[in-house]
Amino acid sequence: MEFIIAPLIISILTGILAAIISITDKIVNNYGEITISINNGKKEIKIDGGENLLTTLSSKEIYLPSACGGRGSCGACKCKVTSDVGEYLPTEIPYLTKEEMKENIRLGCQIKLKKDISIEIPDSLFNVKKYEAVVEKIVDVTHDIKEVLFNLGNEEINFTAGMYMQLCIPPYDKIKNETQRAYSISSKPSDKHHIELLIRLVPGGIATTWVHTYLKEGDKVKLIGPFGEFEATPTNSTMICVAGGSGMAPFKSMLYHMYENNINDREIWYFFGARTKKDLFYLEELAELQEKWPNFHFVPALSEPEGEEWKGESGLITDVLDRYLKTIINSGYKEGYLCGSPGMINACNNVMTANGIKLENIYYDKFA
Amino acid sequence: MSPDISPIVLFFASIFTSNILLANFLGMCSFISISKDMNSSNGLGMAVTAVLTITAAINWVVINYILIPFDLLYLRYIVFIVVIAATVQILEMLIDRLSPSLYMALGIFLPLITVNCAILGVSLFIEIRKYTFIQTLFYAFGAGLGWWLAIMLLSAIQKKIANAPVPAGLKGPGITLITIGFMAMAFIGFSGMLIVQ
Repeated sequence: MEFIIAPLIISILTGILAAIISITDKIVNNYGEITISINNGKKEIKIDGGENLLTTLSSKEIYLPSACGGRGSCGACKCKVTSDVGEYLPTEIPYLTKEEMKENIRLGCQIKLKKDISIEIPDSLFNVKKYEAVVEKIVDVTHDIKEVLFNLGNEEINFTAGMYMQLCIPPYDKIKNETQRAYSISSKPSDKHHIELLIRLVPGGIATTWVHTYLKEGDKVKLIGPFGEFEATPTNSTMICVAGGSGMAPFKSMLYHMYENNINDREIWYFFGARTKKDLFYLEELAELQEKWPNFHFVPALSEPEGEEWKGESGLITDVLDRYLKTIINSGYKEGYLCGSPGMINACNNVMTANGIKLENIYYDKFA
Repeated sequence: MSPDISPIVLFFASIFTSNILLANFLGMCSFISISKDMNSSNGLGMAVTAVLTITAAINWVVINYILIPFDLLYLRYIVFIVVIAATVQILEMLIDRLSPSLYMALGIFLPLITVNCAILGVSLFIEIRKYTFIQTLFYAFGAGLGWWLAIMLLSAIQKKIANAPVPAGLKGPGITLITIGFMAMAFIGFSGMLIVQ
């Protein structure tokens, strides 16, 4: 009889505990109807409390940027909260500067809505939309990077070169919940019916595994955006751009947009770092652009070119950058543009500031 | 048969002579990682004490009214873990609603405690030592306070060590482990006063 009693007792016990949790959740987490006032009452939303601000706003089609989908690990969903929502949580503090905290900037995914709340968000976020797109083309540009072209159909999108979109990943395999990930747009802003993303496979990554393994041409997907403030400034200073891997995306968009719109009087140096030749891509396209555009200089560099026929620059991209800044590009007013991992951005920041580029003139798109 | 020990004696013994951290070395991972900051140590200590006392009391009821009558003591590990996980969930929701300031103090530490071995250890001790319900309450509360005391002491010492000329090779976890060793030895000094097993 024991083989029946043991599972039965365990089942009953866990069932009782689960019921208590559910009942407590229903009673305790019932905060009734609350009002979210946005931008001094410009828009007011009435919702049921209990959820976090990020999720609640997105359910009403107002999308705060979020590269991690609300897990509190990217720090992107910042917004100003002008009413009292309590002290800063330990999960928010690492993502906020002292200045931001003085201005009551909070992380949307960490604010639980328990009472009426007033927030301020940039007006541009009202233009952020959810797009139902169809995958038109998938191209393997390297062994681990795919160029994915999404067709937005009749919908139009207006974005600035350098901005990013959030790709909605549906549940698949063992992943039970929909999640979102941010990817820089690599297509030109003039193509208003397409969005192109460069997606590098991260081993074990939820989104990139889905894109590389499951996503097929003809599939329907959801995209939210555009977001971001990474863009070329309207100055004449020399642009020093540095990227590696899929960090190519915003620069591809920016460069083709600038060339297309005759913004070609400023000097641009684009350093693209990779380990070996098989990690390089768009070499021909960028070489062709360089030929047509005298002010544009493309410098691909390999950190591990051993045993390969390679005539370009060798060494870590930071060393190559340092060499160029000390010799060839050692005069004039310069701005830094970086896209890549936090480690690469910090290393390039150090090289740029050591070579006279002010920190406030370095702009970056950091992978979360 | 329950041991004939006064609950008051058990309470003080579990704080000092049988400190769950420094005598049994349970709950070491969060003890080492969180003790760098006094505020976090305080929050974690408070959370461990609350969860430890409540889960020990619930597990005592489960042991004596479910596991022993149905001869299912061999299932105690899984049952204790399930009870601890559920209690932490319910406690988190209740504290968040009823006392936002306490929730702020405990913050992210409550869910972390689900996997704290001191919590499971105390539930197992009350079963092995066959404590009564009152003994369990006093022992568990004392064990929580003992854990809290130990982590506060370590974080205070760590604050001093931060400005001390520690040899480079010992900085960080090295000097922390040596400090814990000294603390354990200091607590052994209490062991002649109350002997409780």
